[in-house]
Amino acid sequence: MTSAPVLALRGVSKRFGAVQALTDVELEVHAGEVVALVGDNGAGKSTLVKTIAGVHPIDDGQIEWEGRPVHINRPQDAQHLGVATVYQDLALCDNLDVVNNLFLGRELKRRGTLDEVAMEQKARELLDTLSIRIPSVRIPIASLSGGQRQVVAIARSLIGEPKIVILDEPTAALGVEQTAQVLDLVERLRERGLGVILISHNMADVRAVADTVAVLRLGKNNGTFPVQQTTQETIIAAITGATENAVTRRAARTAEAAK
Amino acid sequence: MSNDTKTTPNTMPGPAVDPRLLQRESGLSGYLTEFVRKVRGGDLGSLPVIIGLIVIWLVFSLNDDKYFAASTAEFIAYYMVGIGLLAVGLVFVLLLGEIDLSVGAVSGLAAAVYAVLSVNDHVDPWLAVLLTLLTGTAIGALHGFVFAKIGVPAFIVTLAGFLAWQGVMLWLLGNSGTINLDDKGLNHFLSGNSYFLGGDISGAYILAVLAVASLLFGGFSEQRRRRSAGVPFKPTSELVLRAALLAIGAFGAAYVLNQASGVPNALVLFLALLIICDFVLRRTSYGRKIFAVGGNIEASRRAGISVPAIRISVYAISGTFAALGGLAIAATTNAAGQAGGDPNNLMMAIAAAVIGGTSLFGGRGRVWSALLGMLVIESINAGLYMLGLTLDIQYMITGGVLLAAVVVDSLSRRTQKSSGRA
Ligand SMILES: Nc1ncnc2c1ncn2[C@@H]1O[C@H](COP(=O)(O)OP(=O)(O)O)[C@@H](O)[C@H]1O
Ligand SMILES: [Mg+2]
Repeated sequence: MTSAPVLALRGVSKRFGAVQALTDVELEVHAGEVVALVGDNGAGKSTLVKTIAGVHPIDDGQIEWEGRPVHINRPQDAQHLGVATVYQDLALCDNLDVVNNLFLGRELKRRGTLDEVAMEQKARELLDTLSIRIPSVRIPIASLSGGQRQVVAIARSLIGEPKIVILDEPTAALGVEQTAQVLDLVERLRERGLGVILISHNMADVRAVADTVAVLRLGKNNGTFPVQQTTQETIIAAITGATENAVTRRAARTAEAAK
Repeated sequence: MSNDTKTTPNTMPGPAVDPRLLQRESGLSGYLTEFVRKVRGGDLGSLPVIIGLIVIWLVFSLNDDKYFAASTAEFIAYYMVGIGLLAVGLVFVLLLGEIDLSVGAVSGLAAAVYAVLSVNDHVDPWLAVLLTLLTGTAIGALHGFVFAKIGVPAFIVTLAGFLAWQGVMLWLLGNSGTINLDDKGLNHFLSGNSYFLGGDISGAYILAVLAVASLLFGGFSEQRRRRSAGVPFKPTSELVLRAALLAIGAFGAAYVLNQASGVPNALVLFLALLIICDFVLRRTSYGRKIFAVGGNIEASRRAGISVPAIRISVYAISGTFAALGGLAIAATTNAAGQAGGDPNNLMMAIAAAVIGGTSLFGGRGRVWSALLGMLVIESINAGLYMLGLTLDIQYMITGGVLLAAVVVDSLSRRTQKSSGRA
């Protein structure tokens, strides 16, 4: 990618008491790019995402937005810039219908009262352009499947017209079919020119949709790879921090046994 | 049934399409099939309570042929208002998934405050009403504050309030124990001999016409907007059916009340407040926030809703309605007395809200449940009173009805869960 990144982290550090959660982390996300953020448990992925989303302000380093340095101290700062975050626990209201969930907190109004018609119209447009299939936009969230809820949560993040969407393990709890639906949706976000940061433990998902893989290890960058030109072994080596690791040892053992 | 295949999500080709559109194209019969499907899915709506009402009326009429009389209706219509107002405030609280055990005590205190201000201190009666209502608001806000900001469970906060405000009421009423009220201001308006348009026969019919006309007008203007926006709308047959049902109820009630003395002004105030509250809950973003907090606190917080502000304001609303209910209850006897804080009023109000269909689990309900629930409770009370049954039996039966309502609520929640709706 040649154009300036929409979002860039330069030497970002974050400390929690005695824990140095992030050290000099660099990350770039371009428009229309899906960046997979991978790393072992405790590597700092969630912390990194939370610094971008404004949940934890950074201690050191710089965040650049479209080339300009910015300060993100509160979730609202991130929202105003155009960062939308879909957390792993989806946070939808089961008792409200799809339209009301999509617009929760930013309802459209007409003469001071809720404009249900406009919201329903916009919701249908949005779901249509994302090819999201749900039985009705007027049924309570409670009656949707896990995959349908996930796509509604992602669609909800798009209402504010963001430029960057962060998805924290969006497929972790989903079956095969539903995972495919969510990955399709991620591709559609890319087609719309959005930058996507996708946290995932699933290498198959990462290889399926990501353009770039950024590996975190113990709070530091441990390589950024273009997905097409990189083997799975290289990525796993970067995640575990060695060419000699549990995964390669296991592979060697099985190879040995096969002889 | 060809409709069914169309509404199954899995077989749906293409993007989001509303199955209600498909279903309701077949008119009234489609509406009925959907109704049956909803009930099977645990979404009972007002069905149990309406069936219950009819059963109650039948049973008492068979036992006593004087039960089915205009005077009974007048009795019910008037006496349901006081506790009904408490129930309206409780609906707001129940929508949050919380409870307010203080409404009975606050209503008693409010009557005492009003009596002391207007009778002992000769404050202008309307100003006294305003100060009384504000007292209720402040008390509710205080409960809400302790709950939302300090984190004490609402159950305990309001239980403490239940006791403490009862104590303040007794202290205010002093030695006499009862203060007789002057027949003026709101107290006159809420009293048993104040009728809409002075009890003129046209009064009741004017109200009925207004109700049906506004339902039709609202329904058709929404239909027009939805049609032009290209989103699914309710078919004319359904709008007409709804209006017809309301018309039967409204004109029937008007006719019966006119056989007696007309529509009590207390009831007119109650209905007006119900309409306002229904509007606030369903059509404003404030109301939407209440439902959201009752559905998922974390989701509401992330959507930028200030959960503490919603909680405090809802308890303030509950306190205000408790105070107004207290004034209405005092107006029935034209006195503020020690019985004002009767804990039975609290139980009746909770029972009314739940019997009327508002869920104890939060996020589901309507203010109309206060009206429906009070109709049930007062119908039972009126019947038992006529049969000469004493208070002990009344309590047992009302307790049983409350238990039945809670069981229905819990069961329908379970059905909703098993059919993936909760
Ligand atoms: N709020 C916090 N307070 C203290 N330590 C934290 C906090 N959040 C994360 N950490 C620490 O930061 C490190 C990185 O955690 P996290 O970002 O959740 O990892 P990942 O999401 O990659 O599994 C861990 O050692 C974790 O204990
Ligand atoms: Mg994590």
